[in-house]
Amino acid sequence: MTTASSADHPTRRDFLYVATGAVAAVGAAATVWPLVSQMNPDASTIAAGAPIEVDLTPIAEGQDIKVFWRGKPIYISHRTKKQIDEARKVPVASLPDPQSDEARVKPGHDQWLVVVGICTHLGCIPIAHEGAYDGFFCPCHGSVYDTSGRIRQGPAPTNLPVPPYTFVSDTKIQIG
Amino acid sequence: MSGPSDFQPTNPALKWIERRLPIMGLMHSSFVAYPTPRNLNYWWTFGAILSLMLGVQILTGVILAMHYTPHADLAFKSVELIVRDVNYGWLLRNIHASGASMFFFAVYIHMFRGLYYGSYKEPREVLWILGVIIYLLMMATGFMGYVLPWGQMSFWGATVITNLFSAVPYFGESIVTLLWGGYSVGNPTLNRFFSLHYLLPFVIAGVVVLHIWALHVAGQNNPAGVEPKTEKDTVAFTPYATMKDMFGVSCFLLFFAWFIFYMPNYLGDAENYIPANPAVTPAHIVPEWYYLPFYAILRSIPNKLAGVVAMFGAILILAFLPWLDSAKTRSSKYRPLAKQFFWMFVVVCIGLGYLGAQPPEGIYVIVGRILTFLYFAYFLILLPLLSRIEKPRPVPNSIADDVLAKTGRKAAPMVSSVIALLVAGGLLLGGAESARAAEGGTKPPAEKWSFAGPFGKFDRGALQRGLKVYKEVCASCHGLSFVAFRNLAEAGGPGYSVAQAQAFASEYKVKDGPNDQGDMFERPGRPADYFPSPFPNEQAARAANGGAYPPDLSLITKARSYGRGFPMFLIDFFTQYQEQGPDYVAALLQGYEDKAPAGVTLPEGSSYNKYFPGHAIKMPKPLNDGQVTYDDGSPATVAQYAKDVTTFLMWAAEPHMEARKALGLQVFVFLILLTVLLYFTKKKVWANAH
Ligand code: FES
Repeated sequence: MTTASSADHPTRRDFLYVATGAVAAVGAAATVWPLVSQMNPDASTIAAGAPIEVDLTPIAEGQDIKVFWRGKPIYISHRTKKQIDEARKVPVASLPDPQSDEARVKPGHDQWLVVVGICTHLGCIPIAHEGAYDGFFCPCHGSVYDTSGRIRQGPAPTNLPVPPYTFVSDTKIQIG
Repeated sequence: MSGPSDFQPTNPALKWIERRLPIMGLMHSSFVAYPTPRNLNYWWTFGAILSLMLGVQILTGVILAMHYTPHADLAFKSVELIVRDVNYGWLLRNIHASGASMFFFAVYIHMFRGLYYGSYKEPREVLWILGVIIYLLMMATGFMGYVLPWGQMSFWGATVITNLFSAVPYFGESIVTLLWGGYSVGNPTLNRFFSLHYLLPFVIAGVVVLHIWALHVAGQNNPAGVEPKTEKDTVAFTPYATMKDMFGVSCFLLFFAWFIFYMPNYLGDAENYIPANPAVTPAHIVPEWYYLPFYAILRSIPNKLAGVVAMFGAILILAFLPWLDSAKTRSSKYRPLAKQFFWMFVVVCIGLGYLGAQPPEGIYVIVGRILTFLYFAYFLILLPLLSRIEKPRPVPNSIADDVLAKTGRKAAPMVSSVIALLVAGGLLLGGAESARAAEGGTKPPAEKWSFAGPFGKFDRGALQRGLKVYKEVCASCHGLSFVAFRNLAEAGGPGYSVAQAQAFASEYKVKDGPNDQGDMFERPGRPADYFPSPFPNEQAARAANGGAYPPDLSLITKARSYGRGFPMFLIDFFTQYQEQGPDYVAALLQGYEDKAPAGVTLPEGSSYNKYFPGHAIKMPKPLNDGQVTYDDGSPATVAQYAKDVTTFLMWAAEPHMEARKALGLQVFVFLILLTVLLYFTKKKVWANAH
């Protein structure tokens, strides 16, 4: 509806049209926000993701347990001397995702390995104490992790992540 | 949809698609080039409003279904958690719940408009019948949706409505069992209602497409009721009708937002904030307002089968309207008699709606029968008769003539509507006066609440004191099962820090387990835990309280209400008065009297309370002066305790109240700005058309 003259000089009418359209567009954009935001975790889900405490006393050497935190399985392994040595002997530079074993455990608690038990390839759960490296083996597409949870073979790109955790006492950790 | 399109896309990609699926041409001819009568008034905007509402309901409904659990044990709680925990869940639920009312409000105006301007007449009969089908589908959908929150009204409404089918001779009982999927309304019923409530809106959308198709074949009716003849009678749908509708929709959104943000429970029943209980029936079972006229017809007929037939007949008769009214003149504007009777019919419908909400006794029954008769008489006697005897005024030659005639006399209707508004306002004020005079009986007195009104906020001090009163007094019998300790640290709450909430939680012992040994154990509460109930289950609670069940207090202020009478509800609408619940709870706590007045005998184990219906309450007086110590110097009196604990319970019932009002203000500022801009844009656009 713009006439030839108003195309060159914006008129009051054009201004009105643009302003109305702009305000309506802002409204439409603002309306989308709650519709999308509702998909995020709700308050009870977030509250349920609070830190958990795990007692380590019942875990014998060479054993490991699986606990759940935020819906994810967490492996806690009580490693044997042999397993720790295996993990430390490997030249770090030769690894696909170079990281030293010391960096993956808490100082003074070398025997405890705590990792998120989700394969970094496509999210399957690796099996502990399996595979060529005595660590974890993912049956889905054959990723093999060592006793430090580092990727050694297969399609997974990175090591098993270490979740945030602290030692509350010598026999108790808090995850989260 | 009227004939082949002349739409010619220039973009080659669009051309490619258009040749294979001419959808853009269809859209163009239906919603851009489509000729609209140029004399349409704003009553015609309700068609656009209805399309919008269908979209809003489907969109919010699909989202709510992502958070809702259709199980008899979990449904009520899942709805509460939507409102409390889901991001903007309270907003989505308010939109959907009030949206249902808005949808019916709009459809009734749409239908009355059709009735007044004769939009059902030749050649629009199929269009009209499709509309009746949509209306029936809407009623079924609305009813099933109302059942889903699984509150007391939901449950008993479902029981009563499904039992309508037991009136069918011979097969009635079997049909009802079939509908329930059990021996009574229960989980199978809830599951199928959820499934159908999700499905039917898409069926509605399908019939709406047919409805619009039929509309575009026959063309729109218009206030003059004459068909467009020349180019001068019509304008293009876009931008003329589009802009006008957008302005109308924007005004409607203002009205809608009033409910969403400031009156979210105004149109619902307080009883539905009590979880479904198959052992107790509410004192009055009332459907949502939009079904009330038909409910009144059902109750007016003293025979079960006849009542049900009359109720369904009252809706189905609409489908036969094109043949009941055979007058040649469409618009009631030119039918002096039909016009008057139309307005009488509107009054009859409103009257039936009012009666549907009243108890079926005394004068209400008699008036109900008269109005039911008048309702049917309008369709079966009056319209057929009128079309034979009435002499209509001459209709304008063309729509263009109608438009020209109108510009001459504009002042008259304005003046009359201003007078009508003044009279209505006077009636309202008069009603308010008489209602106030009636106060002082057993009606709870209205308290001053900090959270009342559009800008009301919770008084943090009162919330903290109220929590203390709850913890030290109420918590020994009553649970607060929808409130988590973490809520204490949330915005809009008592203003605790996260650490304070954590410390508060750890004072409680919470049952947890089973642990690795398979045993249950107790541990200190955590922020994610909910306030524990003092009793493990309802039976234990009853046993400890002499058979009386102490209700959960999470929703008590929303679950309590008392009648405010006729015109008060209009005043409540304008003043945004929503404090029946808290007024009632605060009054009840203070209404105890040591001795029942002379002549009143109380049953064993009851106390006298002047605000409790029937005055005999099982709960002994819970609060006494000096019972709870306050550190902030507030008076340690029953009145103060009652006020504080009620404020706290009001927050417990709606933790997001402040967020609701704050967002409401922003939305209102925005909508007013948009409406003003749309008004001027619309004016500019229409200036081209004259
Ligand atoms: S998911 Fe583990 S290897 Fe693919």
